[in-house]
Amino acid sequence: MDSFLEEEEDEEAAVGRRRSPAAPAGSTLQPPLHLPFLPVLLHQPESSHEHKLNFKKSKEACLSYIQDAMLQKQWKRAAEFLTFYVESLEKDYSREPISPSEMIWRIGTEILCHRSHSSMKEFNCFMEQMKTLGVKRYLKVCLEHVFHLLCNGQIDEAYQNLSLAESWRFGEQTALQDKEMKLIQAYRGLLDYYSWSKQKNVLLERGLDGFADLSVEQEMHSCFRKAAVNLKEIIKIPGVWDLFVKCYVDLLEFYGDHNEARQVLNEYAYNSKFPANPNAHVYLYQFLKRQGESKKSVVSALKILHDIVPSHELMIDFNTMLQKSKKRKKRRLGLEVIFAALDYAGWKENVKAWSCLARQVKQIVISEKHLDWIKQEWNSRKDWWPAFHFSRYLAKRNWQENKSLSYEKALVAGILLGKDGKYFKYVSHQGCKAQVKRFRILKKFVNRHNPVYLRISGLSDSSVQP
Amino acid sequence: MEEEEDTRDFNERCAQCSEVNWGLTDGGRYYCRSCHNVTERTREVVNTDFMTNSRVQTISKGSRKQEKTDRGCEWYVCEGFQLILKKQAEALEALGVCPQMKDEVLYNFWRCYLQKSKQAYCNRPAGETVKALSVRESSTDVDSEPERPSLLHLLSLSESEGDLQTDCSFASSMSKVSESTSIYSGSVDGSLYLMKNQKEKLRMTMPMTLSFCYMALLWLREPITLSELLRFVVEGHIPYLNVFQHFPEKMKLCGLDLKIFCVESWPVYEEVYNKMLELAAFLDLPRFPDITDSCFLHPDMLCIKYLMEANLPDELHNWTCRVVKKIGIGEVDFLTLVPGNKSTRKVKYDILAAAVIVVVLKLLFLLDDHYEWLLSDFAEERNKNNKEGGLYFEFKKWYEVVKHSLDVEQKKLDEERAKYLWRCEKPLFYSVKNKSRVLKRRQMVVNLQNQFGKLSGSVRRAEKPNPSSFQLRWSEENTDGSCFHGHSLKGILQEKCGLLTAMNPDYWLCTVKLCNEKLCGHLAHYREVDFPQSYHFVLRLFSFLLRIQPSYIHDEVCMIEHKLFNKKLYKKLKYNTVLRK
Repeated sequence: MDSFLEEEEDEEAAVGRRRSPAAPAGSTLQPPLHLPFLPVLLHQPESSHEHKLNFKKSKEACLSYIQDAMLQKQWKRAAEFLTFYVESLEKDYSREPISPSEMIWRIGTEILCHRSHSSMKEFNCFMEQMKTLGVKRYLKVCLEHVFHLLCNGQIDEAYQNLSLAESWRFGEQTALQDKEMKLIQAYRGLLDYYSWSKQKNVLLERGLDGFADLSVEQEMHSCFRKAAVNLKEIIKIPGVWDLFVKCYVDLLEFYGDHNEARQVLNEYAYNSKFPANPNAHVYLYQFLKRQGESKKSVVSALKILHDIVPSHELMIDFNTMLQKSKKRKKRRLGLEVIFAALDYAGWKENVKAWSCLARQVKQIVISEKHLDWIKQEWNSRKDWWPAFHFSRYLAKRNWQENKSLSYEKALVAGILLGKDGKYFKYVSHQGCKAQVKRFRILKKFVNRHNPVYLRISGLSDSSVQP
Repeated sequence: MEEEEDTRDFNERCAQCSEVNWGLTDGGRYYCRSCHNVTERTREVVNTDFMTNSRVQTISKGSRKQEKTDRGCEWYVCEGFQLILKKQAEALEALGVCPQMKDEVLYNFWRCYLQKSKQAYCNRPAGETVKALSVRESSTDVDSEPERPSLLHLLSLSESEGDLQTDCSFASSMSKVSESTSIYSGSVDGSLYLMKNQKEKLRMTMPMTLSFCYMALLWLREPITLSELLRFVVEGHIPYLNVFQHFPEKMKLCGLDLKIFCVESWPVYEEVYNKMLELAAFLDLPRFPDITDSCFLHPDMLCIKYLMEANLPDELHNWTCRVVKKIGIGEVDFLTLVPGNKSTRKVKYDILAAAVIVVVLKLLFLLDDHYEWLLSDFAEERNKNNKEGGLYFEFKKWYEVVKHSLDVEQKKLDEERAKYLWRCEKPLFYSVKNKSRVLKRRQMVVNLQNQFGKLSGSVRRAEKPNPSSFQLRWSEENTDGSCFHGHSLKGILQEKCGLLTAMNPDYWLCTVKLCNEKLCGHLAHYREVDFPQSYHFVLRLFSFLLRIQPSYIHDEVCMIEHKLFNKKLYKKLKYNTVLRK
């Protein structure tokens, strides 16, 4: 009301001004000023209503107690508070982003999963109730239920549930429901694959006895068809479908359809609509290897993997493959790969990785060609690798725990940091003291090639030759 | 045997096996003993009181029409409130309030209200017109009547007047209802009740039932404060939430009735208090019986109670009495309620007494986060060296003991609030249409409650605590030294000309200038960070005991301070302005 009155007054004032001859000419051209609305009560007192405890606040508090309890894994306490929270189902306005019924579903599932003594029957009963709570969530709840059944080894029940969910229809299907339905079907396909593979194993076993059961074989083929149809569908949609892709490829390979398998894997790895997924390249690499494909295609698969995950465990294989190559460029890439892998803490104590690096570095030093490769790699690492890999503390620990690791690392350290580097000095000293032959040879080798260290660390610029 | 009696009235044949052999489930539903088929029918609460209630009869005049449909009997909103008041008065009586309260005082207030608001006891009750309209409503299923207000208009009604919360089933069916546009209520006048512009009529609301109760208690000078009354309500000793479940079965609640009788929040002190004042003025009540120094509500009396509950030395009572006397807040004229007299500030007895104690603590201990600890160190030193003649009061020890208990109790209370069950077993639905949905939901809630209740090992909430005036208890019999009632204030007092005065020579005012309460709603403004922590702790303690916001106590503290230091303050302000000139 107040604001309304105010506006009227303003209007009147403007009209007055227009009529008045004394008003400056400019003001008549300007539109009347409209003030923004003010709150009805100018001095809104801080009222106790804000502190009033009502249904909503009480339930919000209850929810935060549940969350606290869950974070601290106090499942009993969480269950206790949930008992009081469920009332909010009766006041469920689905306008909220996450409705109480969704909360209850998620929290209830979590609690039931963690209360080890709660039976499967109880869980199923809970899930059946949750399914009736919301049409939009029905498929999601079904899927979750199926996961839980699978985790408990109830595969037949899971399959039944999936079939039931698949036959469920409610009104017009939305795009989201469509996707969820595909997922349901895909999981059913996965279970079909599972029984296919079981029957395959049965047949293979019996095959050894020279006895083949026709009906088992037929059933196996029908499983294959059911699985293939559904799996093929889901992997068309951009997404991360590792499990489905693997199974589908396995099926195709078994029935000799290598072209289709290759196509699926290529699509999965290279289609830009799919999210970047290292496993896609791993699967492709493994497939190519199985197929005995040319080195070139294998290398290109691993190259992409290297770009996405430089610390991937396949980088060892990749480096080995590249080191063997006759092409300079590939050997150069190999060095890059192994250096990059060792940038990650996960590789710090991996003997294999260090021996790869040691071997390649040694080779380069002996041949005295391409020292600039090492120099380039070392350039960006020389200010942090010494502390990261080659500290005295690590030298001591590596020596105590793993002699061959310290040997490989000492070789690299000796070349990169010279004979006076902390790591090399400690390890070679210990090695000589223990009278291990290879350490003595190592010491000689490093001493002989000490000038290399000066060259790669840029201390004697003049001697660096391309 | 009892069950048989309960099921006697229900003699329909079972839909499944056509036997008549009914039993009652725990939820009060009938089930067939032969085939275990459970019906939707619940046992009707037989309340003969209601039908023979002469007060009700005066309103409805003549016998009730019992319609054949499931709509139950005709009833009016004021009858609903009458039932609630009756239940509340009975509960208060059970708590020890004198029987006069229900049968004389509250009854008369209510009758007076009905008369003043022209609902009954007058020549032309407002209900007459309502009835005429309702007859039309029920006889023909008219869809478009020009004078019928739109539902949207009803929903946009300000809720500031009362706590007219909407029920879920109500809100969710809003869209559906607006299509059929029939305004729906179980009571005869439920729809008109919310619509009428009752500015001069003071519409009855749920919080107002408590205003009625408090007014009656105040009239009788019963030893119960408003904060206590509200606490008893929350603790379930006085029916309030879901009180409609005590309505007789024939009084069907639906549609807009839910907006009137369904509450989903606890009553707030200010609201109940202000409504009580409004109500007293509306009823033209005369000056209330005098609050003298022998009354429980007198600050000197209440201070004893709060000093005990706050675990403070009894000796402090001497000081609270001196403050009360000095500023005249113990005077009968100050304390007694005179309805409609706008010139005097109305007294909230419980908050006033708590504030007096806070002021006394400030006078003696300063509460500036420094001086009180200094005094405490002295007292500790003395207690160590000299154990004779009782212990000196140590602020620090008191703080530690009380803070610990307070934190524990506060945590308990917070958890209790989060664990509160708001719904009763009698489900409510806005219309018959969503009845089955509501019932289904209710059933699921019960199922889930059982399932997770079993998991947590606790079946339902523990029984409600026995009603008690004290929330914190300290006993001198405890030998752990956690009771400070007997401790002496000697360490902080000094003798001057034969009079004991505080050692503390200084004082700080919470505010230099009071706000205009009528304009701003508050005398002062409280922000925790602006004040010493000791002061805040004391406020928090009383805020817990009275279940109100600390700022309300702070307001009252400011008021007392200004009365106490009025002269000094005036002089000082004058002096300052002179200096500036």
